[in-house]
Amino acid sequence: MSLTRQDVEKIAHLARLSITAQEMPVYVSSLSSIVDFVDELSRADTEGVLPMAHPLDGQHQRLRADAVAETDHHEKYQRNAPAVTAGLYVVPRVIE
Amino acid sequence: MLHNLSIGELADRLGKRQISSAELTQHFLGRIERLNPALNAMITLTAKQALADAAAADARLAAGERGPLLGIPLIHKDIFCTDGVKTSCGSRMLDNFVAPYDATVVARLKAAGTVMLGKSNMDEFAMGSSNETSYYGPVKNPWDTAKVPGGSSGGSAAATAARLTPFATGTDTGGSIRQPAALTGVTGLKPTYGRVSRYGMVAFASSLDQAGMFTRSAADAAAVLQVMAGFDARDSTSVDVAVPDYSKTLSQPLKGMKIGLLREFFEGLEPRNAALLEDALNIYTGLGAETLQVSLPHLPLSVPTYYVVAPAECSSNLSRFDGVRYGYRCENPKDLMDLYKRSRGEGFGAEVKRRIMTGTYVLSAGYFDAYYLKAQKARRLITDDFRAAFDKVDLVIGPTTPTPAFDIGAKMDDPVLMYLNDIYTIGANLAGLPGVSVPCGFVDGLPMGLQLIGPHFAEAKLLNAAHQYQQATDWHTHAPRGYA
Repeated sequence: MSLTRQDVEKIAHLARLSITAQEMPVYVSSLSSIVDFVDELSRADTEGVLPMAHPLDGQHQRLRADAVAETDHHEKYQRNAPAVTAGLYVVPRVIE
Repeated sequence: MLHNLSIGELADRLGKRQISSAELTQHFLGRIERLNPALNAMITLTAKQALADAAAADARLAAGERGPLLGIPLIHKDIFCTDGVKTSCGSRMLDNFVAPYDATVVARLKAAGTVMLGKSNMDEFAMGSSNETSYYGPVKNPWDTAKVPGGSSGGSAAATAARLTPFATGTDTGGSIRQPAALTGVTGLKPTYGRVSRYGMVAFASSLDQAGMFTRSAADAAAVLQVMAGFDARDSTSVDVAVPDYSKTLSQPLKGMKIGLLREFFEGLEPRNAALLEDALNIYTGLGAETLQVSLPHLPLSVPTYYVVAPAECSSNLSRFDGVRYGYRCENPKDLMDLYKRSRGEGFGAEVKRRIMTGTYVLSAGYFDAYYLKAQKARRLITDDFRAAFDKVDLVIGPTTPTPAFDIGAKMDDPVLMYLNDIYTIGANLAGLPGVSVPCGFVDGLPMGLQLIGPHFAEAKLLNAAHQYQQATDWHTHAPRGYA
Protein backbone atom coordinates (compact mmCIF):
# COMPACT_ATOMS: atom_id res chain seq x y z
CA MET A 1 0.00 0.00 0.00
CA SER A 2 1.46 3.34 -0.99
CA LEU A 3 -0.84 5.14 1.47
CA THR A 4 -1.36 4.28 5.12
CA ARG A 5 -4.48 4.63 7.19
CA GLN A 6 -2.87 7.69 8.82
CA ASP A 7 -2.27 9.25 5.39
CA VAL A 8 -5.91 8.79 4.42
CA GLU A 9 -7.12 10.18 7.75
CA LYS A 10 -5.01 13.27 7.17
CA ILE A 11 -6.28 13.69 3.58
CA ALA A 12 -9.88 13.25 4.76
CA HIS A 13 -9.34 15.93 7.40
CA LEU A 14 -7.86 18.35 4.86
CA ALA A 15 -10.85 17.66 2.57
CA ARG A 16 -13.29 18.08 5.50
CA LEU A 17 -14.78 14.63 4.98
CA SER A 18 -15.89 12.33 7.77
CA ILE A 19 -14.98 8.77 6.83
CA THR A 20 -16.55 5.92 8.79
CA ALA A 21 -14.52 3.02 10.22
CA GLN A 22 -16.12 0.66 7.67
CA GLU A 23 -15.28 2.94 4.74
CA MET A 24 -11.66 3.50 5.77
CA PRO A 25 -10.01 0.23 4.59
CA VAL A 26 -11.69 0.58 1.17
CA TYR A 27 -10.28 4.08 0.77
CA VAL A 28 -6.81 3.07 1.93
CA SER A 29 -6.63 0.37 -0.73
CA SER A 30 -8.42 2.19 -3.58
CA LEU A 31 -6.57 5.49 -3.08
CA SER A 32 -3.29 3.55 -2.95
CA SER A 33 -4.07 1.87 -6.26
CA ILE A 34 -4.99 5.23 -7.83
CA VAL A 35 -1.78 6.82 -6.58
CA ASP A 36 0.24 3.88 -7.95
CA PHE A 37 -1.58 4.24 -11.26
CA VAL A 38 -0.96 7.97 -11.66
CA ASP A 39 2.66 7.42 -10.61
CA GLU A 40 3.19 6.28 -14.22
CA LEU A 41 3.55 10.00 -14.89
CA SER A 42 6.87 10.05 -13.07
CA ARG A 43 8.37 8.10 -15.97
CA ALA A 44 7.37 10.75 -18.52
CA ASP A 45 10.16 13.01 -19.72
CA THR A 46 8.84 16.51 -19.13
CA GLU A 47 12.20 18.28 -19.00
CA GLY A 48 11.75 21.88 -20.14
CA VAL A 49 8.00 21.50 -20.76
CA LEU A 50 5.84 24.39 -19.57
CA PRO A 51 2.85 23.30 -17.48
CA MET A 52 -0.40 23.85 -19.34
CA ALA A 53 -3.05 25.75 -17.44
CA HIS A 54 -5.60 26.39 -20.19
CA PRO A 55 -6.66 24.08 -23.02
CA LEU A 56 -6.84 26.92 -25.56
CA ASP A 57 -3.72 28.83 -26.48
CA GLY A 58 -3.59 32.53 -25.84
CA GLN A 59 -6.67 32.59 -23.63
CA HIS A 60 -6.48 34.79 -20.60
CA GLN A 61 -8.83 35.49 -17.79
CA ARG A 62 -11.26 38.08 -19.05
CA LEU A 63 -12.07 41.09 -16.91
CA ARG A 64 -15.39 42.88 -16.99
CA ALA A 65 -16.22 46.48 -16.34
CA ASP A 66 -16.49 47.27 -12.64
CA ALA A 67 -20.21 47.95 -12.78
CA VAL A 68 -23.14 46.51 -10.85
CA ALA A 69 -24.60 43.71 -12.95
CA GLU A 70 -26.60 41.77 -10.36
CA THR A 71 -29.64 42.63 -8.33
CA ASP A 72 -30.34 41.35 -4.82
CA HIS A 73 -31.58 37.75 -4.88
CA HIS A 74 -30.71 36.74 -1.34
CA GLU A 75 -34.22 35.71 -0.35
CA LYS A 76 -34.55 33.42 -3.32
CA TYR A 77 -31.07 31.98 -2.82
CA GLN A 78 -31.59 31.44 0.90
CA ARG A 79 -34.63 29.28 0.27
CA ASN A 80 -32.07 26.52 -0.32
CA ALA A 81 -30.24 27.14 2.96
CA PRO A 82 -30.55 24.60 5.80
CA ALA A 83 -30.91 27.35 8.45
CA VAL A 84 -31.44 31.10 8.05
CA THR A 85 -32.36 33.78 10.57
CA ALA A 86 -32.95 37.42 9.62
CA GLY A 87 -31.21 36.92 6.26
CA LEU A 88 -28.16 35.32 7.88
CA TYR A 89 -26.92 31.75 7.50
CA VAL A 90 -26.97 29.97 10.85
CA VAL A 91 -24.13 27.67 11.94
CA PRO A 92 -23.15 26.18 15.32
CA ARG A 93 -21.59 28.70 17.72
CA VAL A 94 -17.98 29.44 16.69
CA ILE A 95 -16.91 31.92 19.40
CA GLU A 96 -17.67 31.03 23.01
CA MET B 1 -44.09 6.88 -35.30
CA LEU B 2 -43.43 10.38 -33.97
CA HIS B 3 -40.59 9.28 -31.70
CA ASN B 4 -38.54 7.94 -34.59
CA LEU B 5 -38.65 11.18 -36.54
CA SER B 6 -35.62 13.45 -36.67
CA ILE B 7 -35.67 16.93 -35.19
CA GLY B 8 -35.76 18.30 -38.74
CA GLU B 9 -38.80 16.21 -39.63
CA LEU B 10 -40.55 17.16 -36.39
CA ALA B 11 -39.86 20.85 -36.95
CA ASP B 12 -41.22 20.51 -40.47
CA ARG B 13 -44.48 18.94 -39.24
CA LEU B 14 -44.80 21.51 -36.47
CA GLY B 15 -44.22 24.28 -39.02
CA LYS B 16 -46.91 22.88 -41.33
CA ARG B 17 -49.20 22.56 -38.29
CA GLN B 18 -49.64 18.84 -38.99
CA ILE B 19 -48.85 18.16 -35.35
CA SER B 20 -48.81 20.41 -32.32
CA SER B 21 -46.10 20.71 -29.73
CA ALA B 22 -48.73 19.69 -27.15
CA GLU B 23 -49.35 16.37 -28.97
CA LEU B 24 -45.63 15.79 -29.33
CA THR B 25 -45.04 16.55 -25.65
CA GLN B 26 -47.89 14.24 -24.59
CA HIS B 27 -46.47 11.52 -26.80
CA PHE B 28 -43.02 11.65 -25.19
CA LEU B 29 -44.39 12.06 -21.66
CA GLY B 30 -46.47 8.93 -22.29
CA ARG B 31 -43.39 7.04 -23.43
CA ILE B 32 -41.44 8.15 -20.36
CA GLU B 33 -44.25 7.04 -18.08
CA ARG B 34 -44.48 3.65 -19.78
CA LEU B 35 -40.84 2.87 -20.54
CA ASN B 36 -38.70 4.74 -18.03
CA PRO B 37 -39.45 2.53 -14.99
CA ALA B 38 -37.31 -0.23 -16.56
CA LEU B 39 -34.48 2.22 -17.33
CA ASN B 40 -34.34 4.68 -14.40
CA ALA B 41 -33.11 7.32 -16.84
CA MET B 42 -34.95 10.19 -15.15
CA ILE B 43 -34.58 11.95 -11.80
CA THR B 44 -37.34 14.55 -12.20
CA LEU B 45 -40.33 14.79 -14.53
CA THR B 46 -41.72 18.24 -15.28
CA ALA B 47 -44.92 17.20 -17.07
CA LYS B 48 -47.09 20.13 -15.98
CA GLN B 49 -44.55 22.77 -16.95
CA ALA B 50 -43.86 20.87 -20.19
CA LEU B 51 -47.49 21.08 -21.25
CA ALA B 52 -47.56 24.80 -20.44
CA ASP B 53 -44.36 25.34 -22.43
CA ALA B 54 -45.77 23.29 -25.31
CA ALA B 55 -48.89 25.47 -25.34
CA ALA B 56 -46.66 28.56 -25.45
CA ALA B 57 -44.69 27.06 -28.36
CA ASP B 58 -47.96 26.26 -30.16
CA ALA B 59 -49.05 29.89 -29.71
CA ARG B 60 -45.76 31.07 -31.26
CA LEU B 61 -46.25 28.63 -34.16
CA ALA B 62 -49.85 29.81 -34.62
CA ALA B 63 -48.56 33.38 -34.80
CA GLY B 64 -46.40 32.37 -37.75
CA GLU B 65 -43.07 31.98 -35.99
CA ARG B 66 -40.84 29.12 -37.18
CA GLY B 67 -37.64 27.72 -35.72
CA PRO B 68 -35.57 24.55 -35.94
CA LEU B 69 -36.27 23.73 -32.26
CA LEU B 70 -39.56 25.59 -31.71
CA GLY B 71 -41.93 23.17 -29.96
CA ILE B 72 -39.39 20.31 -29.80
CA PRO B 73 -39.22 18.42 -26.47
CA LEU B 74 -35.91 17.71 -24.74
CA ILE B 75 -34.44 16.32 -21.53
CA HIS B 76 -31.73 18.13 -19.58
CA LYS B 77 -28.98 16.32 -17.71
CA ASP B 78 -29.59 17.05 -14.02
CA ILE B 79 -26.29 18.96 -13.87
CA PHE B 80 -27.81 22.04 -15.53
CA CYS B 81 -29.50 24.54 -13.22
CA THR B 82 -33.19 24.92 -14.06
CA ASP B 83 -34.97 27.82 -12.37
CA GLY B 84 -37.54 26.52 -9.88
CA VAL B 85 -36.79 22.85 -10.65
CA LYS B 86 -34.74 20.45 -8.51
CA THR B 87 -31.15 20.19 -9.75
CA SER B 88 -29.58 17.23 -7.93
CA CYS B 89 -26.44 16.45 -9.95
CA GLY B 90 -27.20 12.82 -9.04
CA SER B 91 -26.19 13.48 -5.43
CA ARG B 92 -27.73 13.26 -1.99
CA MET B 93 -25.88 16.54 -1.39
CA LEU B 94 -28.25 18.36 -3.77
CA ASP B 95 -31.35 16.18 -3.34
CA ASN B 96 -33.12 19.16 -1.76
CA PHE B 97 -31.67 21.83 -4.07
CA VAL B 98 -34.05 23.86 -6.23
CA ALA B 99 -32.00 25.92 -8.66
CA PRO B 100 -32.71 29.65 -8.36
CA TYR B 101 -31.75 30.43 -11.98
CA ASP B 102 -31.36 28.87 -15.43
CA ALA B 103 -28.01 27.73 -16.83
CA THR B 104 -27.17 29.56 -20.06
CA VAL B 105 -27.64 26.30 -21.99
CA VAL B 106 -31.12 25.96 -20.49
CA ALA B 107 -31.99 29.61 -21.13
CA ARG B 108 -30.85 29.48 -24.77
CA LEU B 109 -32.77 26.28 -25.50
CA LYS B 110 -35.81 27.68 -23.71
CA ALA B 111 -35.71 30.88 -25.78
CA ALA B 112 -35.55 28.72 -28.93
CA GLY B 113 -38.92 27.25 -27.91
CA THR B 114 -37.90 23.81 -26.66
CA VAL B 115 -40.06 22.01 -24.12
CA MET B 116 -38.31 20.39 -21.12
CA LEU B 117 -39.81 16.98 -20.30
CA GLY B 118 -37.62 16.52 -17.21
CA LYS B 119 -34.12 16.02 -15.86
CA SER B 120 -32.04 12.94 -16.48
CA ASN B 121 -30.16 10.63 -14.15
CA MET B 122 -26.36 10.81 -14.08
CA ASP B 123 -23.30 9.68 -12.18
CA GLU B 124 -22.97 11.70 -8.99
CA PHE B 125 -21.42 15.08 -9.86
CA ALA B 126 -20.64 13.56 -13.29
CA MET B 127 -17.98 11.31 -11.75
CA GLY B 128 -18.31 7.89 -13.27
CA SER B 129 -18.26 5.95 -16.51
CA SER B 130 -21.25 3.69 -15.92
CA ASN B 131 -24.00 5.72 -14.23
CA GLU B 132 -23.75 3.50 -11.19
CA THR B 133 -22.59 6.24 -8.77
CA SER B 134 -25.94 8.10 -8.84
CA TYR B 135 -27.73 8.62 -5.53
CA TYR B 136 -30.89 7.70 -7.49
CA GLY B 137 -29.64 4.28 -8.55
CA PRO B 138 -28.06 3.03 -11.77
CA VAL B 139 -29.49 3.74 -15.22
CA LYS B 140 -30.10 0.63 -17.34
CA ASN B 141 -29.05 0.33 -20.96
CA PRO B 142 -32.14 0.00 -23.22
CA TRP B 143 -30.26 -2.50 -25.42
CA ASP B 144 -29.91 -4.84 -22.43
CA THR B 145 -31.09 -3.77 -19.01
CA ALA B 146 -28.42 -5.91 -17.30
CA LYS B 147 -25.80 -3.58 -18.85
CA VAL B 148 -24.68 -0.08 -17.97
CA PRO B 149 -25.50 2.78 -20.38
CA GLY B 150 -22.09 4.37 -19.79
CA GLY B 151 -21.57 7.57 -17.89
CA SER B 152 -21.64 10.10 -16.65
CA SER B 153 -24.52 11.34 -18.85
CA GLY B 154 -26.08 7.85 -18.86
CA GLY B 155 -29.67 8.98 -18.31
CA SER B 156 -29.59 11.40 -21.25
CA ALA B 157 -28.01 8.72 -23.47
CA ALA B 158 -30.45 5.98 -22.46
CA ALA B 159 -33.44 8.33 -22.86
CA THR B 160 -32.35 9.37 -26.35
CA ALA B 161 -31.68 5.76 -27.39
CA ALA B 162 -35.05 4.61 -26.01
CA ARG B 163 -36.81 7.37 -27.93
CA LEU B 164 -38.10 9.00 -24.74
CA THR B 165 -37.04 12.36 -26.19
CA PRO B 166 -35.88 13.71 -29.55
CA PHE B 167 -32.67 14.87 -27.87
CA ALA B 168 -30.99 15.45 -24.53
CA THR B 169 -28.22 17.60 -23.14
CA GLY B 170 -25.09 16.22 -21.53
CA THR B 171 -21.67 17.21 -20.26
CA ASP B 172 -18.30 15.73 -21.10
CA THR B 173 -15.27 16.08 -18.79
CA GLY B 174 -13.44 12.88 -19.78
CA GLY B 175 -15.85 11.23 -22.20
CA SER B 176 -19.19 11.59 -20.42
CA ILE B 177 -21.08 12.34 -23.65
CA ARG B 178 -19.15 10.27 -26.20
CA GLN B 179 -18.77 7.08 -24.12
CA PRO B 180 -22.48 6.70 -23.18
CA ALA B 181 -23.47 7.72 -26.74
CA ALA B 182 -21.35 4.83 -28.04
CA LEU B 183 -22.71 2.33 -25.51
CA THR B 184 -26.36 3.22 -26.25
CA GLY B 185 -26.10 3.64 -30.04
CA VAL B 186 -26.75 7.36 -30.38
CA THR B 187 -24.82 10.36 -31.67
CA GLY B 188 -22.98 12.35 -28.98
CA LEU B 189 -21.06 15.57 -29.53
CA LYS B 190 -18.60 17.23 -27.16
CA PRO B 191 -17.80 20.68 -28.54
CA THR B 192 -14.52 22.58 -28.19
CA TYR B 193 -13.73 23.76 -24.65
CA GLY B 194 -15.32 27.21 -24.35
CA ARG B 195 -17.70 26.77 -27.31
CA VAL B 196 -20.78 26.28 -25.10
CA SER B 197 -21.27 28.24 -21.89
CA ARG B 198 -20.62 26.48 -18.58
CA TYR B 199 -22.64 29.06 -16.63
CA GLY B 200 -25.13 27.26 -14.41
CA MET B 201 -23.60 23.85 -15.12
CA VAL B 202 -22.47 22.34 -11.82
CA ALA B 203 -18.67 22.35 -12.02
CA PHE B 204 -16.61 19.16 -11.81
CA ALA B 205 -13.25 19.94 -13.45
CA SER B 206 -13.40 23.46 -14.81
CA SER B 207 -10.53 23.20 -17.32
CA LEU B 208 -12.12 20.11 -18.91
CA ASP B 209 -15.93 20.44 -18.56
CA GLN B 210 -17.93 21.13 -21.70
CA ALA B 211 -21.63 20.84 -22.51
CA GLY B 212 -22.95 19.01 -25.53
CA MET B 213 -25.85 16.83 -26.64
CA PHE B 214 -27.23 13.40 -27.50
CA THR B 215 -29.23 13.07 -30.70
CA ARG B 216 -30.07 10.30 -33.11
CA SER B 217 -28.13 11.86 -35.98
CA ALA B 218 -25.37 14.33 -36.75
CA ALA B 219 -27.88 16.53 -38.59
CA ASP B 220 -29.93 16.80 -35.39
CA ALA B 221 -26.77 17.58 -33.41
CA ALA B 222 -26.02 20.44 -35.83
CA ALA B 223 -29.46 21.96 -35.19
CA VAL B 224 -29.04 21.73 -31.41
CA LEU B 225 -25.44 22.99 -31.34
CA GLN B 226 -26.55 26.00 -33.38
CA VAL B 227 -28.64 27.11 -30.40
CA MET B 228 -26.29 26.03 -27.58
CA ALA B 229 -23.04 27.47 -28.96
CA GLY B 230 -21.92 31.05 -28.54
CA PHE B 231 -20.17 33.54 -26.34
CA ASP B 232 -21.46 34.10 -22.82
CA ALA B 233 -20.03 36.88 -20.68
CA ARG B 234 -21.13 34.94 -17.58
CA ASP B 235 -18.62 32.14 -18.24
CA SER B 236 -15.07 33.46 -17.91
CA THR B 237 -13.73 30.70 -20.19
CA SER B 238 -16.37 31.17 -22.88
CA VAL B 239 -14.66 32.02 -26.15
CA ASP B 240 -15.78 34.84 -28.41
CA VAL B 241 -15.48 33.04 -31.74
CA ALA B 242 -18.18 33.35 -34.42
CA VAL B 243 -20.64 30.44 -34.59
CA PRO B 244 -20.87 29.09 -38.16
CA ASP B 245 -24.04 27.67 -39.72
CA TYR B 246 -23.52 24.01 -38.79
CA SER B 247 -26.37 22.67 -40.94
CA LYS B 248 -25.15 24.41 -44.08
CA THR B 249 -21.96 22.38 -44.41
CA LEU B 250 -23.40 18.95 -43.53
CA SER B 251 -23.80 17.96 -47.17
CA GLN B 252 -20.36 19.00 -48.34
CA PRO B 253 -18.62 16.15 -50.15
CA LEU B 254 -15.70 14.61 -48.26
CA LYS B 255 -13.52 14.45 -51.33
CA GLY B 256 -10.00 15.42 -50.36
CA MET B 257 -10.66 15.35 -46.62
CA LYS B 258 -7.73 13.82 -44.76
CA ILE B 259 -8.66 11.53 -41.88
CA GLY B 260 -5.91 10.35 -39.56
CA LEU B 261 -5.94 6.87 -38.05
CA LEU B 262 -4.65 7.18 -34.52
CA ARG B 263 -2.06 4.45 -34.31
CA GLU B 264 -2.22 4.34 -30.50
CA PHE B 265 -5.99 3.81 -30.68
CA PHE B 266 -5.81 0.91 -33.11
CA GLU B 267 -2.99 -0.96 -31.41
CA GLY B 268 -4.33 -3.87 -29.38
CA LEU B 269 -7.92 -3.18 -30.33
CA GLU B 270 -10.32 -6.08 -29.82
CA PRO B 271 -10.69 -7.74 -33.29
CA ARG B 272 -14.45 -7.24 -33.63
CA ASN B 273 -14.13 -3.58 -32.64
CA ALA B 274 -11.27 -3.25 -35.14
CA ALA B 275 -13.40 -4.86 -37.88
CA LEU B 276 -16.18 -2.30 -37.38
CA LEU B 277 -13.68 0.53 -37.67
CA GLU B 278 -12.19 -1.09 -40.77
CA ASP B 279 -15.69 -1.03 -42.33
CA ALA B 280 -16.07 2.64 -41.37
CA LEU B 281 -12.73 3.51 -42.94
CA ASN B 282 -13.83 1.81 -46.16
CA ILE B 283 -16.98 3.93 -46.14
CA TYR B 284 -14.87 7.05 -45.72
CA THR B 285 -12.50 6.13 -48.55
CA GLY B 286 -15.56 5.37 -50.66
CA LEU B 287 -16.81 8.89 -49.90
CA GLY B 288 -13.57 10.32 -51.24
CA ALA B 289 -11.70 10.90 -48.00
CA GLU B 290 -8.06 10.01 -47.73
CA THR B 291 -6.95 8.04 -44.69
CA LEU B 292 -3.43 8.08 -43.32
CA GLN B 293 -1.70 6.98 -40.14
CA VAL B 294 -0.93 9.50 -37.45
CA SER B 295 0.65 8.98 -34.06
CA LEU B 296 0.15 10.62 -30.68
CA PRO B 297 3.18 9.22 -28.85
CA HIS B 298 2.21 10.74 -25.49
CA LEU B 299 -1.36 9.47 -25.56
CA PRO B 300 -0.63 6.60 -23.11
CA LEU B 301 -0.11 9.35 -20.51
CA SER B 302 -3.63 10.68 -20.91
CA VAL B 303 -5.47 8.53 -18.36
CA PRO B 304 -2.99 9.10 -15.49
CA THR B 305 -2.80 12.80 -16.43
CA TYR B 306 -6.57 13.08 -16.34
CA TYR B 307 -6.84 11.28 -13.01
CA VAL B 308 -4.57 13.90 -11.47
CA VAL B 309 -5.99 17.03 -13.14
CA ALA B 310 -9.70 16.18 -12.85
CA PRO B 311 -9.67 15.15 -9.15
CA ALA B 312 -7.52 18.19 -8.30
CA GLU B 313 -10.05 20.54 -9.87
CA CYS B 314 -12.93 18.54 -8.38
CA SER B 315 -11.54 18.79 -4.85
CA SER B 316 -11.37 22.53 -5.28
CA ASN B 317 -14.79 22.94 -6.95
CA LEU B 318 -16.63 20.72 -4.50
CA SER B 319 -15.30 22.58 -1.48
CA ARG B 320 -18.31 24.88 -1.98
CA PHE B 321 -20.60 22.18 -0.56
CA ASP B 322 -20.27 23.07 3.09
CA GLY B 323 -23.69 22.33 4.57
CA VAL B 324 -24.17 26.05 5.24
CA ARG B 325 -25.57 27.86 2.20
CA TYR B 326 -27.36 25.10 0.30
CA GLY B 327 -27.43 21.34 0.00
CA TYR B 328 -27.38 18.61 2.60
CA ARG B 329 -26.69 19.37 6.28
CA CYS B 330 -26.04 16.62 8.85
CA GLU B 331 -28.23 16.22 11.95
CA ASN B 332 -27.15 17.82 15.26
CA PRO B 333 -23.64 19.05 14.42
CA LYS B 334 -21.63 19.52 17.60
CA ASP B 335 -19.49 22.31 16.17
CA LEU B 336 -18.68 23.91 12.82
CA MET B 337 -15.96 21.39 11.93
CA ASP B 338 -18.35 18.53 12.68
CA LEU B 339 -20.98 20.23 10.50
CA TYR B 340 -18.57 20.49 7.55
CA LYS B 341 -17.17 16.99 7.87
CA ARG B 342 -20.38 15.09 8.45
CA SER B 343 -22.46 17.11 5.95
CA ARG B 344 -19.84 16.31 3.29
CA GLY B 345 -19.17 12.77 4.51
CA GLU B 346 -22.88 11.88 4.50
CA GLY B 347 -23.92 14.05 1.52
CA PHE B 348 -21.33 12.76 -0.97
CA GLY B 349 -21.23 9.19 -2.27
CA ALA B 350 -18.22 6.87 -2.29
CA GLU B 351 -16.76 7.75 -5.71
CA VAL B 352 -17.10 11.51 -5.19
CA LYS B 353 -15.29 11.23 -1.85
CA ARG B 354 -12.59 9.12 -3.51
CA ARG B 355 -12.04 11.80 -6.17
CA ILE B 356 -12.06 14.64 -3.66
CA MET B 357 -9.43 12.83 -1.58
CA THR B 358 -7.31 11.98 -4.64
CA GLY B 359 -7.41 15.65 -5.59
CA THR B 360 -6.64 16.81 -2.08
CA TYR B 361 -3.65 14.47 -1.99
CA VAL B 362 -2.15 15.55 -5.33
CA LEU B 363 -2.52 19.21 -4.38
CA SER B 364 -1.18 18.83 -0.85
CA ALA B 365 2.13 20.28 0.33
CA GLY B 366 5.07 18.18 -0.82
CA TYR B 367 3.17 16.37 -3.58
CA PHE B 368 2.04 19.26 -5.81
CA ASP B 369 5.12 19.22 -8.06
CA ALA B 370 5.25 15.46 -8.40
CA TYR B 371 1.61 15.09 -9.40
CA TYR B 372 -0.28 18.22 -10.37
CA LEU B 373 2.55 20.16 -12.00
CA LYS B 374 3.84 17.01 -13.68
CA ALA B 375 0.35 16.26 -15.02
CA GLN B 376 0.00 19.79 -16.41
CA LYS B 377 3.28 19.27 -18.26
CA ALA B 378 2.14 15.91 -19.61
CA ARG B 379 -1.08 17.63 -20.65
CA ARG B 380 0.93 19.97 -22.86
CA LEU B 381 2.80 17.04 -24.45
CA ILE B 382 -0.52 15.37 -25.32
CA THR B 383 -1.94 18.63 -26.68
CA ASP B 384 1.17 19.21 -28.79
CA ASP B 385 0.83 15.67 -30.23
CA PHE B 386 -2.70 16.50 -31.38
CA ARG B 387 -1.52 19.79 -32.85
CA ALA B 388 1.19 18.01 -34.84
CA ALA B 389 -1.38 15.48 -36.09
CA PHE B 390 -3.70 18.27 -37.25
CA ASP B 391 -0.86 19.72 -39.32
CA LYS B 392 -1.22 16.61 -41.48
CA VAL B 393 -4.91 15.73 -41.31
CA ASP B 394 -8.33 17.42 -40.98
CA LEU B 395 -9.74 14.99 -38.41
CA VAL B 396 -8.59 11.92 -36.54
CA ILE B 397 -10.61 8.74 -36.15
CA GLY B 398 -10.64 5.90 -33.65
CA PRO B 399 -12.94 3.86 -31.45
CA THR B 400 -14.96 5.61 -28.73
CA THR B 401 -14.68 2.77 -26.22
CA PRO B 402 -12.57 -0.41 -25.86
CA THR B 403 -15.65 -2.65 -25.44
CA PRO B 404 -19.44 -2.53 -25.71
CA ALA B 405 -21.57 -1.91 -22.60
CA PHE B 406 -20.48 -4.03 -19.62
CA ASP B 407 -22.56 -5.64 -16.87
CA ILE B 408 -23.94 -3.48 -14.09
CA GLY B 409 -21.66 -4.07 -11.08
CA ALA B 410 -18.76 -5.49 -13.11
CA LYS B 411 -16.26 -2.70 -12.46
CA MET B 412 -17.55 -1.00 -9.34
CA ASP B 413 -14.96 -2.57 -7.02
CA ASP B 414 -11.97 -1.51 -9.07
CA PRO B 415 -11.77 2.24 -9.73
CA VAL B 416 -8.67 2.00 -11.92
CA LEU B 417 -10.33 -0.59 -14.18
CA MET B 418 -13.34 1.75 -14.43
CA TYR B 419 -11.10 4.72 -15.24
CA LEU B 420 -9.53 2.83 -18.17
CA ASN B 421 -12.91 2.92 -19.92
CA ASP B 422 -12.16 6.51 -20.81
CA ILE B 423 -8.87 5.69 -22.51
CA TYR B 424 -9.97 6.87 -25.99
CA THR B 425 -12.04 9.87 -24.93
CA ILE B 426 -9.87 11.67 -22.36
CA GLY B 427 -7.29 13.02 -24.82
CA ALA B 428 -9.82 15.36 -26.45
CA ASN B 429 -10.74 16.84 -23.06
CA LEU B 430 -7.13 17.40 -22.01
CA ALA B 431 -6.47 19.21 -25.29
CA GLY B 432 -9.85 21.02 -25.32
CA LEU B 433 -10.77 19.50 -28.70
CA PRO B 434 -14.22 18.74 -30.10
CA GLY B 435 -15.17 15.09 -30.55
CA VAL B 436 -18.18 13.17 -31.75
CA SER B 437 -19.21 9.54 -31.32
CA VAL B 438 -21.47 7.97 -33.95
CA PRO B 439 -22.91 4.44 -34.01
CA CYS B 440 -20.81 2.14 -36.25
CA GLY B 441 -22.20 -1.36 -35.70
CA PHE B 442 -22.76 -4.02 -33.07
CA VAL B 443 -20.68 -6.42 -31.00
CA ASP B 444 -22.66 -9.16 -29.21
CA GLY B 445 -25.87 -7.33 -30.11
CA LEU B 446 -24.69 -4.17 -28.36
CA PRO B 447 -23.96 -0.88 -30.15
CA MET B 448 -20.43 0.43 -30.68
CA GLY B 449 -19.29 3.92 -31.59
CA LEU B 450 -16.61 5.42 -33.74
CA GLN B 451 -15.06 8.65 -32.63
CA LEU B 452 -13.96 11.62 -34.71
CA ILE B 453 -11.82 14.32 -33.11
CA GLY B 454 -11.02 17.64 -34.77
CA PRO B 455 -8.97 20.77 -34.15
CA HIS B 456 -10.38 23.53 -31.93
CA PHE B 457 -13.66 24.93 -33.27
CA ALA B 458 -13.88 22.31 -36.07
CA GLU B 459 -17.40 21.22 -35.05
CA ALA B 460 -18.74 21.95 -38.54
CA LYS B 461 -16.19 19.63 -40.11
CA LEU B 462 -16.84 16.90 -37.51
CA LEU B 463 -20.59 17.08 -38.09
CA ASN B 464 -20.05 17.10 -41.85
CA ALA B 465 -17.94 13.92 -41.65
CA ALA B 466 -20.40 12.28 -39.22
CA HIS B 467 -23.40 13.22 -41.38
CA GLN B 468 -21.81 11.89 -44.57
CA TYR B 469 -21.10 8.61 -42.79
CA GLN B 470 -24.72 8.46 -41.64
CA GLN B 471 -25.90 9.08 -45.22
CA ALA B 472 -23.90 6.02 -46.30
CA THR B 473 -24.83 3.76 -43.35
CA ASP B 474 -27.92 3.09 -41.26
CA TRP B 475 -26.38 2.15 -37.87
CA HIS B 476 -27.75 5.33 -36.30
CA THR B 477 -31.33 4.37 -37.20
CA HIS B 478 -31.36 1.10 -35.22
CA ALA B 479 -33.59 1.21 -32.14
CA PRO B 480 -33.30 -1.11 -29.16
CA ARG B 481 -35.91 -3.89 -29.13
CA GLY B 482 -39.10 -2.71 -27.45
CA TYR B 483 -38.34 0.97 -28.05
CA ALA B 484 -38.77 1.26 -31.84
